[in-house]
Amino acid sequence: MPRIELKNISKHICQGVNLEILNKELLVLLGPNGAGKTTLLNVIAGLTDYEGSVVFDCEPVDKVVASKRRIGYLFQDLVLFPHLDVSANIAYGLKAQKLPQSKIEARVEELLQMMKIQHLSSRYPKHLSGGEKQRVALARALALSPEVLLLDEPLSSLDLQTVKHLRTELRQLQRRLGITTLYVTHDISEAEEIADRIAVVRNGRVEQVAQPEEVFFYPKNEAVSDFIGAPNILECDSCRELEHGVVEANCGGLPIIVAHEGNSVRRIALLPRDIYVSETWPPGPGVNRFKGTITKTKYIDDAVRLEVDVGKTRLVAEMAHHLFEETGLAVGKEVFLILKLRRIRAYEPRGDGGK
Amino acid sequence: MPVAIFLALWEIVARQNLVAGQFFFPPFSVVVQEFYSLTASGVLGDNFLSSLLRVLIGFSAGSIVGIAGGIIMGWKDIAHKALNPIISLFYPIPALGWLPLLMLWIGINEMLPVAIVFICSFFPVLYNTVTGIRNVDEDYVQAARTLGASDMRILATVVVPLALPNIFTGLRLEAGMAWRVIIAAEMVAIPTGIGALMMRAESLIRIEIIIVCLIVLALMCLSFERFFAFLEVKATAKWR
Repeated sequence: MPRIELKNISKHICQGVNLEILNKELLVLLGPNGAGKTTLLNVIAGLTDYEGSVVFDCEPVDKVVASKRRIGYLFQDLVLFPHLDVSANIAYGLKAQKLPQSKIEARVEELLQMMKIQHLSSRYPKHLSGGEKQRVALARALALSPEVLLLDEPLSSLDLQTVKHLRTELRQLQRRLGITTLYVTHDISEAEEIADRIAVVRNGRVEQVAQPEEVFFYPKNEAVSDFIGAPNILECDSCRELEHGVVEANCGGLPIIVAHEGNSVRRIALLPRDIYVSETWPPGPGVNRFKGTITKTKYIDDAVRLEVDVGKTRLVAEMAHHLFEETGLAVGKEVFLILKLRRIRAYEPRGDGGK
Repeated sequence: MPVAIFLALWEIVARQNLVAGQFFFPPFSVVVQEFYSLTASGVLGDNFLSSLLRVLIGFSAGSIVGIAGGIIMGWKDIAHKALNPIISLFYPIPALGWLPLLMLWIGINEMLPVAIVFICSFFPVLYNTVTGIRNVDEDYVQAARTLGASDMRILATVVVPLALPNIFTGLRLEAGMAWRVIIAAEMVAIPTGIGALMMRAESLIRIEIIIVCLIVLALMCLSFERFFAFLEVKATAKWR
């Protein structure tokens, strides 16, 4: 399976994009709608003209038409051919290659079994559920044993339960087949769960390419940080295990209890919405509760973002509009912050000493 | 059932002389008798066959050329850009509007009604085919392309099948229209066929013959339309 390089690609919003996808890797293109993710997939598939160069294993494929690039493409809307039944949909690419009928039948059967959809073989797409359509579309995309798999938000139209199940299956399948894969999504948690590496794309630019943890704990710039929810990231200078699975880390001068296995937490991250703000000292044990002073307030979409200085450390918390207005909080007032224990994420470098 | 009630009422009203001028409103039974005698004498059969043959030849030729042209125009942008303004100009002209011109160009012979039916079928079938082909979602074409299909294969196995509902709409509507047009053309300019028979009956004030011809016309329009509706269901019902 090839290593893919995008060299100075320009098309629509994408301008001068450089990106490398390693052999057998699952790289997630993560970014908001309209960022140019699908455009990059179409460029790799050869479905659109573009400036720059696409290279598969050191060989430019810019002159190779889409039908010869050996790519499996799972479109966002799946685009099963409505006039063909499941078997015929899966067989479409095989027939286009003019393979002998016996080979086509055998391969279709193999794929039906692999995707566990034998019982659907003679159904038409209009009679399939969302999850079933997704499996059929994936079987069709894999029929020609492609070297590269492009998945454009393949699970976006499915219910949460089906998504969880299919995502795991998809990941296992990708590992088993060892296909170099690009997976487009705008969902950070989906990206973290499935990716070998994540490329954060915004406004047609690749802002950061890194392993999921690194994107979260070391966002390269404000654009990346904003997209993943602008987490509070605190450096930790000491750490001790209180009991198995619970550590106390000294981060930004604050003693913070973290649910984590290991005893060398380097950084912690917590989204603003996971910090609870109170005017009075909240009841309960004094764990992860801090007193601070509001230094800045800012209205964002449906919430108010508060910057609170706790000692020398600045934390950002979020409150719903109406709660903020009811409480009458303002710059200069003292507040109490509670850091939601289960939402605190800890980063511990693996072996290589980390970043 | 509604047809039976209608026919019974017709018979009663005509027999009881409930409408002024019974001479101009024969009962249904008289029409049936006339149908029988016209059939037995071969007059109806001959004229019907003349009309049928003209419709079949004109409609088949118009549809085949219309579908072929429509596929080319729908698939190739350059053909669409070049021909669409011309087609748009000619499309609104009613088929019978061509009759005077064609009478001079072709003369009054068997080619004239065939040409009229051809024109009647060609433009709407072409128009519907172009619309059908161009309305096929580009994503299907892209998907087929990533599966290694050539352009011709994509056209034959994805685009045309997905355009079939539109193509059949054109065929279904024009199959009936071809009969309406041929009757009108025969009434005006051709000495044989159902339309011409109606005109002769009119000059002899044979109301029952006119009604027989109208019934034949209605049945043919209906059965042609139904035939294409049936084909459409056969071809697309499974997946639509």
